[in-house]
Amino acid sequence: MSTHRELIRRALGPRVQFVQGDDACAYGAVLAGCTFFAGYPITPATEVAERMAEILPRIGGCYIQMEDEIASMGALIGASWTGAKVMTSTSGPGFSLMQENLGYAIMTETPCVVVNVQRSGPSTGQPTMGAYGDMMQARWGTHGDHEIIMLCPASVQESLELTIVAFNLSERLRTPVLVFIDGELGHMRERLVIPEDHEFELWERPRATDRAGYRPFAPGPDLVPPFAPFGSGFRTFVTGLTHNEEGLPRASSATIHDQLVRRLAAKITNHLDLITRYEEFYADDCEIAIVTYGITARTCRDVVEEARRRGIKAGLLRLISIWPFPEHVVARWAERVRAMLVPEMNLGQIVHPIREAVAGRCPVVLHSRIGGELHTPAELLEALEALQWQPA
Amino acid sequence: MATGLRIKTAAELRTSYLRQEMFPTIFCDGCGIGNVLNYTLWAIDEVGLDLDRTVFVSGIGCSSRLPGYINADGLHTTHGRALAFASGVKAANPDLTVIVFTGDGDGAGIGGNHLLHTIRRNMDITVILVNNFIYGMTGGQSAPTTPDGGFTTTTPYGNIEHPMDVCELAKALGAPYVARWPVVSPVQPVKSIAEGIRKRGFALIEMLTPCPTAYGRYNGLKALEQIWRWYREQTVLIDEWEWIEQFGSPEERERLRGKMKIGIFQDTERETFEDRWAALVARVKL
Repeated sequence: MSTHRELIRRALGPRVQFVQGDDACAYGAVLAGCTFFAGYPITPATEVAERMAEILPRIGGCYIQMEDEIASMGALIGASWTGAKVMTSTSGPGFSLMQENLGYAIMTETPCVVVNVQRSGPSTGQPTMGAYGDMMQARWGTHGDHEIIMLCPASVQESLELTIVAFNLSERLRTPVLVFIDGELGHMRERLVIPEDHEFELWERPRATDRAGYRPFAPGPDLVPPFAPFGSGFRTFVTGLTHNEEGLPRASSATIHDQLVRRLAAKITNHLDLITRYEEFYADDCEIAIVTYGITARTCRDVVEEARRRGIKAGLLRLISIWPFPEHVVARWAERVRAMLVPEMNLGQIVHPIREAVAGRCPVVLHSRIGGELHTPAELLEALEALQWQPA
Repeated sequence: MATGLRIKTAAELRTSYLRQEMFPTIFCDGCGIGNVLNYTLWAIDEVGLDLDRTVFVSGIGCSSRLPGYINADGLHTTHGRALAFASGVKAANPDLTVIVFTGDGDGAGIGGNHLLHTIRRNMDITVILVNNFIYGMTGGQSAPTTPDGGFTTTTPYGNIEHPMDVCELAKALGAPYVARWPVVSPVQPVKSIAEGIRKRGFALIEMLTPCPTAYGRYNGLKALEQIWRWYREQTVLIDEWEWIEQFGSPEERERLRGKMKIGIFQDTERETFEDRWAALVARVKL
């Protein structure tokens, strides 16, 4: 009789593979212990669902194709309440449809992972082309006050690794976590090395142990309430309404609403040490910084090297966790550099929190590219040179 | 069952199955949703369900508040999406019994698409759809089930849209168990809910339920006696309906117009999603 981990290894196949970013997200999920996937086909995210449909029955999990993305998100939340680790994947239009239930998952502290392989909008836009058009929708798409966690890989390998991290954060903090790639990365093939189990950690959601006096939404010391799955006899009532620590509706109480919503935000912002991830190149003597994320960061790495050869003291800050926004990291860079260049595959989204963090300490210049093509090294080099000669 | 039905008093049911701290309920005077809860508890008692292993799921609306009153796991979800959440619960843990409370607006309006596909998959879920012809919680707007000509706050000159027959739809989609009853008679609903829970597969029990506050006040159905008389007069048993359609005089057939068929629309067997998934896993698991 094989163990579940052995089944996962056999289902994933060879340790080294040549696969797409979408595949890597699916592999990461399975390695993280995901046993339930609900989804709806959408370009360029469909391959995530296809991989999950192949793998999950082979390891005794469950794949269910729902009638739309609203239902996918609903089924995901229902499954998570049975104790399963769960994931869905989508792209812009589907992510728009998921917003209401995403807010429900936040309000009800339901662990779940959503992969968004972004494409260009608005509306149907360019289904087969990459873009980073949902960066702000991720932050503010669902209504009401909330915090959200979002990770932004830049390679196929990192898509796998950060999907595992996404599950860990989601379980540990009992909140939805978003993995945001784009059509370019989702459909790009690269060498992928599937890590061994000892090469990564797996975190589980905190579990309730004592039925007597159990209050399902009474937070532990780290503000996260211990979880009791449906069917375990704890008899938990879960509602999207403002609720007290017993989980019962208290929708008209200003005090209870204030306490609940502030706690839901604080349990995330108090754990920035677990969440915040970034990568720095030439941080020490950087004068002109590129600050970016996702696939764009790969072009920028080469651009910085070339700029250095041309005598420009360029550097790169690659943001890996985008939400909660790593304000202190950007602020630290703003203290030292003369200017920041922010290339984005949208008309300017993350440039806004960057400007807020910089708070006028240096100019922040947006370099947008939309239409489904990546920034070219030449255009970014030119933009860096223009900043280099700009009077202080 | 009619003879074997051991009728517990409301007080006994309340102690055994309900969350005392949730009382009083939010329901208005004369509302039928409390009756639906009562019938459901009788049925649960009759079936002998283990509430530790039962999950009650609902959407948004008056009837969707019911899971909050029951001392069991409950998932009070977003508007119209109860069946999607319930499908996730059931697919991820088929050992749990899943019962959904929904309304006509929630289940047939905003959630109509989920209804179609949950029936198509034949998830083993029992759905109790409380049809009061109106959006009650928002103060009485027209619903997909509002009768022809019915007055609501958004049909102040009478409803011009054709109402939807949820049971005929469920039957056409192949739901293994479909029944509709008015709340005015308890025995049939209790029996149907119990049969629905026992049925392996999707079961829909539509309960015609008065809303004196929102629907009743605009349609001459505010007083209890009026309401209960109306429900008796406006409903026709399926057998009688079919007999009239086949053999009735033109006048008798004319009298069926605008009335509602009640009874058991379908009682059959069909493989469930969960059973088929388990078979698939047995076939391909490594």
